Amino acid sequence: MKKYVVPPLGGFSPTGFRLKAVRHALVCVFLLVGSSQAEFRFPMPEFVTGYTHPAVHTPAPSNAMVGWDIVVLVSTLTLAAIFVLKRRKRREIFLLTLFSMIYFGFWRNGCVCSVGSVQNIAAGICDSSYGVPFTVLVFFALPLVFALLFGRVFCAAVCPLGAIQEAVAVKPVKVPPAVEKVLSVFPYIYLGLAILSVAMGAGFIICQYDPFVGVFRMGASFSMLIFGGIMLVLGIFVARPYCRFLCPYGVLLNWASKLSLHHATITPTDCIQCTLCEDSCPYNAINEPTPAEAPESRGKGASRLGILILLVPVMVVFGVGVGSLLKEPLARMHPTVRLAERMAGEDLGRYSETNIESEAFRASDTPNEELYAEAVQLKAGFGRGGKWLGAFIGLVIGCKLIAVSILRKRTDYEPDRGTCFSCGRCYKYCPVKE
Amino acid sequence: MKPERKKDRRDFVRGAAAVLIGGAVMSAARSRSPRLVWQLDPEKCTQCGRCATHCVLAPSAVKCFHSYSICGYCDLCGGYLRPDAKSRDTGAENQLCPTAAITRTFIESPYYQYTIDEDLCIGCGICVKGCDVFGNGSMYMQVKHDLCVNCNECAIARSCPSDAFKRVPASDPYILKSDRERRIS
Ligand code: SF4
Ligand code: SF4
Ligand code: SF4
Ligand code: SF4
Repeated sequence: MKKYVVPPLGGFSPTGFRLKAVRHALVCVFLLVGSSQAEFRFPMPEFVTGYTHPAVHTPAPSNAMVGWDIVVLVSTLTLAAIFVLKRRKRREIFLLTLFSMIYFGFWRNGCVCSVGSVQNIAAGICDSSYGVPFTVLVFFALPLVFALLFGRVFCAAVCPLGAIQEAVAVKPVKVPPAVEKVLSVFPYIYLGLAILSVAMGAGFIICQYDPFVGVFRMGASFSMLIFGGIMLVLGIFVARPYCRFLCPYGVLLNWASKLSLHHATITPTDCIQCTLCEDSCPYNAINEPTPAEAPESRGKGASRLGILILLVPVMVVFGVGVGSLLKEPLARMHPTVRLAERMAGEDLGRYSETNIESEAFRASDTPNEELYAEAVQLKAGFGRGGKWLGAFIGLVIGCKLIAVSILRKRTDYEPDRGTCFSCGRCYKYCPVKE
Repeated sequence: MKPERKKDRRDFVRGAAAVLIGGAVMSAARSRSPRLVWQLDPEKCTQCGRCATHCVLAPSAVKCFHSYSICGYCDLCGGYLRPDAKSRDTGAENQLCPTAAITRTFIESPYYQYTIDEDLCIGCGICVKGCDVFGNGSMYMQVKHDLCVNCNECAIARSCPSDAFKRVPASDPYILKSDRERRIS
């Protein structure tokens, strides 16, 4: 479709047309050849027809939903707490989960979510020039506060990532508890990596590797769609694989929930040790009663505990060692380091072609030395960060070993306050009614 | 330990955790900045083409903007016509834009106005490159904020080779090349 504006007739003559054209062309050539300092190659024309240029369409960012997001977050959290602790109906919890999946996931495109907000908080703490938006502060803090009061009700029915996994978990199988324990270290590693990445300015990896945001937005890079697809298919049999073995925010919720004032219980009143609920939890989150008589002598247990406590510093030191070995691969998380290595490689003739990044860098006329100096500095930073990360992981593994070896006395079947998602599956297995 | 003491200790630790969460939030919020959105700096952009392909939205939220006040209104437009165009007309074979999103309108001899159709533009930057190389650079890329969902971390920012993306205040969300530009929202 072509639109031509018919020029007004008055004031124009064919020669006038031609003269102006020639002048314009001449000026153009003159400007091109003559003065390279001119800000623009072509002068802005002086229109004789009274033409005024159109306005540029600059729509403002939509702010409308932000307030609603907070309202919906508060109400869904409150409802979730009521459903989990008071009404105790799996069905209601699940319906709320579906609502959250649709609202926070598909409708609001899965952004901003509490899981990713960890990075904004870390960025706000590390970088004083970065201001964390109010919504993000609320999305970070509120689920944790609710976890301190009522357990992980956020995971039960509010988190869109948890919700989509809950929705596909139709045939959950039991993961062997030992495997579960080992895999549950990964969220800590992920959390540490994410914070390291933010602190070093290498980007928000939790957002980058969010497997479900592509599903919510119905589009993502091919590899992320594959990852999301694998997670969803896996999630049919291994319930909530992301929550259990990856989610970094889950680590914080786990800690908060361990201290919770109220927490979901399997039985509404008293446990009669009927064992009916034993296999009802797809998350290995039900702790069985401890055997009546101690399986080993007190002394033996105490000496093992002593050894494990002594082992913690060893693990930390070991972690620091491993962390410092990982300096180079960790540093490659940062685009500047990758670019510097690429540039150096190209200059050494290691690649036959340039890539988009190196071309853009050459076009910017920054000297290579500046880039290399920055990369060296970043690598040193990642070296320090890697040691901290290693120490953290060492500490986590040490503490987990201690936690496994301590037998807390328990007479009833109880949900594990840290790992229970308060999904409510076990409620209906308990024969005790109020 | 007596159950009483145990409960007291739990209450104490819970309080400490609440203080910790509050502390983290306070220290993260200490720089009171306005709401931020993503925008790209046209002076840094090298028209690599990733804006078209790396946005989480398809088509991309990045579109070509045209600053009329710095446009030369050239007949031989580097952003509109292919370098090897046979003739200077609106024939599809002469147009640079792969989606024919640019309309060429005659104003007065020898000037033509070029208008971008936002619905057709895919943000590939081909015209921007052409205008940059042969013209005034009045065509350039911008994130359109009625489309952008303002990801926590913009997927294009992450892969932009020219480091052109940054967070800007939501109250002033565009980096236009000319401040003389008239705006409508
Ligand atoms: S564990 Fe993480 S992803 Fe899963 S529901 Fe909880 S916050 Fe969401
Ligand atoms: S990704 Fe960066 S360099 Fe490439 S077109 Fe977009 S802004 Fe320009
Ligand atoms: S060439 Fe590309 S950036 Fe320019 S108008 Fe066409 S689609 Fe948009
Ligand atoms: S913030 Fe998201 S929607 Fe907006 S331009 Fe970047 S990737 Fe696209």
